[in-house]
Amino acid sequence: MRGLWRTIWDTKGVARWVLVGGVLVTLVFVAFALLAPWIAPYGFAQNNIDGTKLPKLAEPGSGYLFGTNDQFYDVFSRVVWGSRTALQVIALSVVFAGIIGVPLGLVSGFLGGWVDRLLVFVMDAVYSFPALLLAIVFSFLLNDKVGGGVIPAALSLTAIYIPQYFRVVRNTTVAAREATYVEAARAIGAGPFTIMRKYLFNNVVQSVPVVATLNAADALGTLAALGFLGLGIQPTEAAEWGYDISRGLDDAQSGVWWPAFFPAMAIILLITSLTFVGEGLNETVNPALRRRRHRPFRFPQRDAAQEVSS
Amino acid sequence: MASSSGSLPRYIALRVLLIVPLVWVLLTVVFLLLRVAPGDPVSATVGDRLSEDALDERRAAAGLDRPLVVQYLDYLGNVARFDFGNTFRTDTPILSIVRDQGGATLTLTVGAFLIALLIGIPLGRLAGRFRDTPGDVAIRVYGVVSYAAPLFWVGILLVVLVNAVAPSFPTNDIASPFTKLDSEAYTKTHILVVDTLLAGDTGAFLDVLQHHLLPCLTLGFLLSGVIVRLVRINVIQALQGDYVEAARARGIGEGRVVRKHAFRNALVPVITVVGLQVALTLSGAVLTEKTFNWPGVGSALVRYIGERDYIAVQGLVTFFAVVVVFTSLIVDVINALVDPRVRY
Repeated sequence: MRGLWRTIWDTKGVARWVLVGGVLVTLVFVAFALLAPWIAPYGFAQNNIDGTKLPKLAEPGSGYLFGTNDQFYDVFSRVVWGSRTALQVIALSVVFAGIIGVPLGLVSGFLGGWVDRLLVFVMDAVYSFPALLLAIVFSFLLNDKVGGGVIPAALSLTAIYIPQYFRVVRNTTVAAREATYVEAARAIGAGPFTIMRKYLFNNVVQSVPVVATLNAADALGTLAALGFLGLGIQPTEAAEWGYDISRGLDDAQSGVWWPAFFPAMAIILLITSLTFVGEGLNETVNPALRRRRHRPFRFPQRDAAQEVSS
Repeated sequence: MASSSGSLPRYIALRVLLIVPLVWVLLTVVFLLLRVAPGDPVSATVGDRLSEDALDERRAAAGLDRPLVVQYLDYLGNVARFDFGNTFRTDTPILSIVRDQGGATLTLTVGAFLIALLIGIPLGRLAGRFRDTPGDVAIRVYGVVSYAAPLFWVGILLVVLVNAVAPSFPTNDIASPFTKLDSEAYTKTHILVVDTLLAGDTGAFLDVLQHHLLPCLTLGFLLSGVIVRLVRINVIQALQGDYVEAARARGIGEGRVVRKHAFRNALVPVITVVGLQVALTLSGAVLTEKTFNWPGVGSALVRYIGERDYIAVQGLVTFFAVVVVFTSLIVDVINALVDPRVRY
């Protein structure tokens, strides 16, 4: 861990600030998600206090930090609860995709042959397909059969990202397969499963965090798009920013900007910071892109040097 | 792939042959998803309104009572003859929907691409040349934000802005009502921009062009971010090349080095990757069309999803898959023509 911190700190240019800034903003959203019941003044689908309805479309500030929307909901509460939904869906879809994509890539790259060729071909075909359309088809099916909750939404995003993990892991595996340490492992009698689990996995998995954070950013955008098309998480299940924006669009055209504005800002901020984390990680940890900072160097005192020589 | 001695015709022939398995894989995925999943299209579409007998009749009429293998082969055969099926409710051929509404999607995406290139190439070049300066940081932030901002939100912001500045400027649909009435006759190419021009109706032509501005800007904004990032990274890489160092050593000014030596070489990989953005563009087009009530294929897809018309959704998704495969073929062939290094 200290080694990683060193690497990041020694990187030249804005890369490390991009990384730190991205992590900080992401942490704010994580705090929102974890502490939503304590931070949000109202529930995500609460439009009354003890039977008295909240005002409709109240302006921001007037007792409601971000105002209220056309369904009598408090916009600030929806944004806070929405970060819980967003992070749940993102985390689940990234984990699902990783669980499927990483072992597939590892096995495919390690085995080679026709299994590898077939898998690469299928994955490339899926990857070439428009991501949003794939997610639309999946959530169209899942909405019909399972319902519009967090887990169906996460599942419909999973399929998009499997090929990306597969590719990265497969390519690094192919490169690592011929390395001396794998040959050594084979020489002392390690079976294929042991080689993959003990030797290759740790070396190959290092490229995953960058892909995962960039996918997380993309997943959030796709989730919002599904919500906009009315296919994502249904409003009764959880607060979702994309749905809130699409609901607020008509109001926005007539000058009532706040119901759509704040969730949109939340999306932009969270995607931007996740992208910063991903690109920052890439530029600091990836030796090919990384540029080292020249640390200030001070020559030793002249008389001290003389003392040494004498 | 072919050996290193592969010639251009050989490469193109191989690439064309590759289409068959590619399309086959995609079709199989679509079929597996939409047909093998539990439940059937008929009860999903009209199940709540018909009796069980009537439902069986509808299933038989659509051929859905046959074994899945037969349905699968039938589906593959139909697609091979460019028959994407008929919508379930109105029995309209998907192909006629594509014909009538594809033109709007085509002009939307082409316009968006032009705008994206117009914004993206100069910005990416600037950022690449002045790497790590505040200008570079600003342009990179633009690149990230253009990708982070929900497309439909950007679209509505533009609409609000235009409404405030020029209330009479069109912000919806592809043509004004008066043009639309006339345009019933404009079905020569089913591309409204071309048809109005062919008919010599300048007023309608300008009207249609005006309607294109906001949707194209919205989609172009999304794509411009991708292009900025691409051009930037390629200019940076090109500037590290030996031939650039050689040009500098000959005393050529930095501006000229970037313009004459680095920039042109940086554009070659850009052509490839821009071609690969077709998938992103189509995704974006679906959202843009919904935002602006644009009468394109994406709107049709969203409508049939709302109606739970499985067969129409399957047909349109299949069509999109075919489009993606064929565009990537065209891009690869163009690439092989432009860059001899591609023909491996």
